Amino acid sequence: MSASTRTAGARAPSTGLRGRNYARKYWPFVVPAGLVVFAVIVFPWLFTLYMSVHEWKVSGETNFVGLANYLRLPNDERFLWSVVRTLYFTVLSVAFPVALGVAAAVCFHRNFPLRGLARTIFILPMMATPVAIALVWTMMFHPQAGVLNYLLTSVGLPPSMWSYASDTVIPTLVLVETWQWTPLVMLIVLGGLASLPTDPFEAARIDGASAWDMFRHLTVPLVWPHIIVATVIRTIDALKAFDLIFVISGGGPGTSSETINLYLYQTAFAFYNMGYAAAMTVVFFIIILLVSLVLFTTRQQEKWQ
Amino acid sequence: MKGHQVRRLFGRIGFFLAVFALVSPAILVFLWMLSLSLKNEVDNMSFVPVFIPNPPTLNNFVEVFEKNDFLNYTYNSIIVSFGATGLALLLGVPAGFGIAKAKAHRVAALIMIARVTPGLSYLIPLFLLFQWIGLTGSLAPLVITHLVITVPIVVWVMIGFFEGLPSELEEAALVDGASIWQAFYHIAMPLARPGIVVAMILAFIFSWNNFIFGVVLAGRSTRTLPVAVYNVISFEQVSWGPLAAAALLVTAPVLLLTLLMQKEIVAGLTAGGVKGG
Repeated sequence: MSASTRTAGARAPSTGLRGRNYARKYWPFVVPAGLVVFAVIVFPWLFTLYMSVHEWKVSGETNFVGLANYLRLPNDERFLWSVVRTLYFTVLSVAFPVALGVAAAVCFHRNFPLRGLARTIFILPMMATPVAIALVWTMMFHPQAGVLNYLLTSVGLPPSMWSYASDTVIPTLVLVETWQWTPLVMLIVLGGLASLPTDPFEAARIDGASAWDMFRHLTVPLVWPHIIVATVIRTIDALKAFDLIFVISGGGPGTSSETINLYLYQTAFAFYNMGYAAAMTVVFFIIILLVSLVLFTTRQQEKWQ
Repeated sequence: MKGHQVRRLFGRIGFFLAVFALVSPAILVFLWMLSLSLKNEVDNMSFVPVFIPNPPTLNNFVEVFEKNDFLNYTYNSIIVSFGATGLALLLGVPAGFGIAKAKAHRVAALIMIARVTPGLSYLIPLFLLFQWIGLTGSLAPLVITHLVITVPIVVWVMIGFFEGLPSELEEAALVDGASIWQAFYHIAMPLARPGIVVAMILAFIFSWNNFIFGVVLAGRSTRTLPVAVYNVISFEQVSWGPLAAAALLVTAPVLLLTLLMQKEIVAGLTAGGVKGG
């Protein structure tokens, strides 16, 4: 931690002449938090790497096995399927919230009576305790006694098995994920909209541009960086989604909704296969990092804000 | 002219319908949760749903408290969330100040990586570690692992706030002979109080909501509320009324906090897209 503080302090451009010594004065403020971050965040990363090249017995014995845990992964069909399911779940759980979130942001950017209250209600799903809402959705999905099938049949549509059948379970989980996380996309894009200059919009309006044209040729290009940030955040969160899937389907029926995270949980805490789980964690983390890097590079200038 | 007005009227109606369509899924799910928690089992299981409880009953809530150790779980959740939030503020507010002043952007980036990492990857090593040093069975492992969520949130929000503060006052104090510590404690920190409130609320909510750490690390008596609702109540009682009542009780504090502090929460969330776990 202090090493990275040092390099960062040295290269900090705007501290100018005050330079290295100036930055160093502020170390004591960072050190206590740095130690804790090391203990609960950096140390587990290192320990996971160490574990991934060992075999861990329930008795506590460990054997060095080299890359054996990693080599098991490409031959583990259950793991490969979990990767496919994770990607399927992620693509849908990014596309829907981002599309809806942008639309919602455009709505909430306009002034209307009770806007504050409407916005607060809109963000309640993302603040609510995931386990609690997952349980309520599970009750709503129940094929016989659930309210959703009643609503479907009462408007003449066929009932669905929702999370209780293997071919509908992932779209069902995406529905809940969309319900819960569209607000986060909305907030990020709304922040972007609030920072836009008003002149181009005035000019377009005077020139007689339609609302749709203004949205397509002005709003979207101007808030594009925010949309990208929201997409990256959404992608990361969807890749590591756990609570909703765990409570609603538990990875089932069978293993039909078992994502990497769910399989990882099973491997570590149901089969107690710690070394293999650690290797899986490392690969999972690399997948997340790669996906977020690919998305980040599509953004022109990188800015930590 | 008249056609123009009609079009505007339709535009308006369309806009309000859109807002209604956006808000209603959120409202309906929470109202259904409330409805389930206030009805008896016969009404909850009937195929033609009873939307408005008639007459409403509080029996489900009574049952939650009578049949389970709900008060104990509430106590656990309070200790863990307040503990982890308090410690995170103690550590994270000075750290945010230090990072903002030293412009240590790489440290900030490191904290962002913590947000990217899946919660389970902390749990596997920490689980073994806690077993090894014999901490399992107390609330300490939960408070410690919740720091994984709360410290990055606090540091992240505070960096933003301290960077936004004018530095003139502080520099004047330093010129007048105050130490950095005094400048931080007497000048920067009072100015950043709104930021501290934002950081505190967000850290508390995401710690309260956390499920994955508790589900792995908590023992029978150290379960936090989300874990208890999942483990105990959903398995030992299949009936929906008490389950909905328990779910409502768990999430009610968070919903109330969101309604009361919506400005602070929106400010904090837009700043960094923070989310724990």
